[in-house]
Amino acid sequence: MSIARNITDLADRYDLLVVGAGPAGLAAAARAADCGLSVLLADENPAPGGQIYRAVGTTPVTRPAVLGAEYWKGGALLTRLAQSRAVLAPSCTVWSVAPDAAVGSVEIGVSLDGRARLIEAAEVILATGAQERPFPIPGWTLPGVMTAGAAQIALKSSGLVPAGRIVLAGCGPLLYLLAGQLAAAGATIVAVLDTTPRRNWRAAIAAFPDFLRSPYLAKGLALMAKARARLPFRNGVTDLSAEGEDRVTGVRVTRGGASETIACDTLLLHQGVIPGVNLSNAIGCAHEFDEDQHCWVPQVDQWFASSVPAVAIAGDGAGIGGAESAALRGEIAALGAAQRLGRLSREQRDAQAAPIRAALARSLRGRRFLDLLYKPAARFLAPPDDATIVCRCEEVTAGQIRDTASRLGVTGPNQMKAFLRCGMGPCQGRLCGPTVVELIAQAQGLSPAEVGYYRLRPPVKPITLGELAALPQSDAAVKAVVR
Amino acid sequence: MAAHSSSQSDIVVIGGGVVGGAIALGLARNGARVTILDEGDVAFRASRGNFALVWVQSKGLGMPEYAMWSRRSADQWSVLADVLQEEAGLDVAHSQPGGFMLCLSEAELEQRRQAMHRLHNQTSLADFPYEILDHAETKRRLPDIGRDVVGSVYSPLDGHVNSLKLFRALREATERRGVVYRPNCTVDRIAARDGGFLLSGAFGEIAAGKIVLAAGLGNARLAPMVGLDAPVKPSKGQIIVTEKTAPFLHNPMVTIRQTDEGGVMIGDSQEDRGFDTVVGQPILSVMAERAVKMFPRLAGLNVVRSWSALRVMSPDGFPIYDQSASHPGAFLVTCHSGVTLAANHALTLAPAILSGTLPPSLDAFSARRFHVPAHH
Amino acid sequence: MFRPITDADSGASLNFSFDGRAMRGRAGDTVAAALLANGVQACRQTPVSGAPRGPYCMMGVCFECLVVIDGVGNRQGCLVPLREGMRVETQAGRRQPEEIPA
Repeated sequence: MSIARNITDLADRYDLLVVGAGPAGLAAAARAADCGLSVLLADENPAPGGQIYRAVGTTPVTRPAVLGAEYWKGGALLTRLAQSRAVLAPSCTVWSVAPDAAVGSVEIGVSLDGRARLIEAAEVILATGAQERPFPIPGWTLPGVMTAGAAQIALKSSGLVPAGRIVLAGCGPLLYLLAGQLAAAGATIVAVLDTTPRRNWRAAIAAFPDFLRSPYLAKGLALMAKARARLPFRNGVTDLSAEGEDRVTGVRVTRGGASETIACDTLLLHQGVIPGVNLSNAIGCAHEFDEDQHCWVPQVDQWFASSVPAVAIAGDGAGIGGAESAALRGEIAALGAAQRLGRLSREQRDAQAAPIRAALARSLRGRRFLDLLYKPAARFLAPPDDATIVCRCEEVTAGQIRDTASRLGVTGPNQMKAFLRCGMGPCQGRLCGPTVVELIAQAQGLSPAEVGYYRLRPPVKPITLGELAALPQSDAAVKAVVR
Repeated sequence: MAAHSSSQSDIVVIGGGVVGGAIALGLARNGARVTILDEGDVAFRASRGNFALVWVQSKGLGMPEYAMWSRRSADQWSVLADVLQEEAGLDVAHSQPGGFMLCLSEAELEQRRQAMHRLHNQTSLADFPYEILDHAETKRRLPDIGRDVVGSVYSPLDGHVNSLKLFRALREATERRGVVYRPNCTVDRIAARDGGFLLSGAFGEIAAGKIVLAAGLGNARLAPMVGLDAPVKPSKGQIIVTEKTAPFLHNPMVTIRQTDEGGVMIGDSQEDRGFDTVVGQPILSVMAERAVKMFPRLAGLNVVRSWSALRVMSPDGFPIYDQSASHPGAFLVTCHSGVTLAANHALTLAPAILSGTLPPSLDAFSARRFHVPAHH
Repeated sequence: MFRPITDADSGASLNFSFDGRAMRGRAGDTVAAALLANGVQACRQTPVSGAPRGPYCMMGVCFECLVVIDGVGNRQGCLVPLREGMRVETQAGRRQPEEIPA
């Protein structure tokens, strides 16, 4: 492996660009390089690992038990990449991916250290992973309220834990895992407020046998049981709000019809993870709404190729499956790309993929149980309190969105964006999109699938006007502007 | 005001963008019962992608009536802004502090100078004040311009609004006026029925005494159903918007303006690419480079969004206003400057439509102009 | 407010400042992490209402950790590695002219 620290270190053209150096990206890049492809692996973070294996090569956390055995597995992926011939570009932002079917290549807009460049790739694998599902409750914009994932990142990459009293709230494996990790690291957890809807058990129970046959997830269950026994769990939480003036000082919690306020210094929220779809959406890949995971996912075929030629999507970005499955999906996507580029015959590709597919099926077994069990309650998807901020960037509230949907007849997120500016801020809708869709669906009596999603456009990450201005221009483009 | 049901409408406006909304508001303010039939969330919808200028300078070369019509709307814009404040409770951030067209070469400046000269040969100079400014004078008025700005054309008539707030205010005001708004109602057929019209589509049927076609590019398809002609084609425009920054640009340029919210919009590419709305990086780069030359301090600003939209262009670029000869009561309204002309549409055109006759001053805008045999 | 866990490898220490106050951070940390470790919860005020905000996702998604770094405004603190002598400031609302490099 070589590392590109400077934008001038990049070649003009690669066989394959992999976006995102989490498990899917690391595995895809290494596998593709092993197949003889020239590979660039770009990630906007300073170190590879993605979020799940965040800082696995550089973490200051020395006692392995704090982060758990699953985390350290990421080291093997880094080692494999290091032994490959792929090029890793850390702190490198991919802000545009534009396939040109006529030319048969993909034009990539990248930025590194304040300079932008356009490079080409024959194939692209998006391994941009997941983000935490927005969890809009009153007061969630107060300093001191963060996502569970954020606290986990601080722990992994910096060896930091929140000082003072911590409350965790929401549901899903990551929340319980983090609770265990924080406790092991000596942090003070005063409550874990579990919002898992009791009636989810009814839907999930049918998928339970599969879950039990999955060793990977059963391990997680053991971990969860241990955390529950030791930590101050409170189940059946039906309402939450963060309280405080200019920072969080407490959490108002309702369970079993009674409410109380729990004083805290840090509130960590989590309501599951969803694919980050901004890049695939901006490229124009077709998406569909996954009812079980209750989120938009890109449509992919069995080689994880998207609806757009030369663009594949691997890992949690193509549907949530967890770290182990993400790496396997990255390998399969790499084999698909290698075959399309003529480095593998179909037979070679299929033969190499067969054992990986078997492992993938094993790793995904039991996933559906988790999806159904931790499906968020309706009120945490679409906040009933009108004053709750939904778009954090433009400070648009649930009440404004509901009113505009019901009274002004706005039936979709794009018109809502035009009227209220939700989704127009720097996060480009990442923190409000799912909630806006949910609120419109509720107001119009539609499903989220019918409501649709924001239509996004590049740049999917901010670049400066100066960077954009310095890029090459075509004569046709000049003619279109200078008249 | 309580909304009537759409079956009792006097007038159905097809198209719920800024053009349709302005006309519907004007109709409702004059007592008509109006229904708007609109498309859904994903539509070409130029109203979501326009540049929000209220612009007079350089408009109407080849058609003096268009210059006068634009001037008239610009003059009336503050009235419309007041109406919207009163009827929708929304400030659409209208201001007409005068606008500039910056030129980055002597050739560009000379081309503009000649265009302005020809424009003024066809109309009265007194009606269209403008100045050609050199670099020093432009710099005196716009201290942030860069060295590469050779000069500019300035007109005190020009201005801008927040076009998304305008779009919303029109929707809000028409709602409060009892206009029935029906989204996801694409009209497939229009037939004459009982002295009026029957509109149908997947949504069902709607009867109307009069109809106004304000469907943008959709007018090309609808117009022939009622004996009208709307030979409009798409012209792609791309726009870049930056993060919010402290106010520094008080006047709009034809290609750069700072919104009331603080973001800087950079726009005005024009490409004839059919219905393609893909954002093209080379075009964005040219736009960005020119913007940075005009205002070097823009270079450090982050781009937060870009988008493209389709202008509704007639063969000569001017609006089409018509009433059908074969189907009286069917009106056609189409233009690419729905923001500039919003005041006219709400305050002048709508009452004329309601009266049943377009004023003679709009004769020049009939699509009949495209059917005059060429003289050699 | 965050604190290092007891048995973490403390690594090399870097000097930086936040709104003029001298602070110390660990080499390898991002700006956002270093601010949290120094007890800074709010690092910006929003351009819309002026409400205080602090780091929320720590992974580049939410844009809540925006700060002025060495005179350049609206930078994502969670994606920028801390460097010796860095001058970090509160992002007070929309970007000011002096926060835009010439």
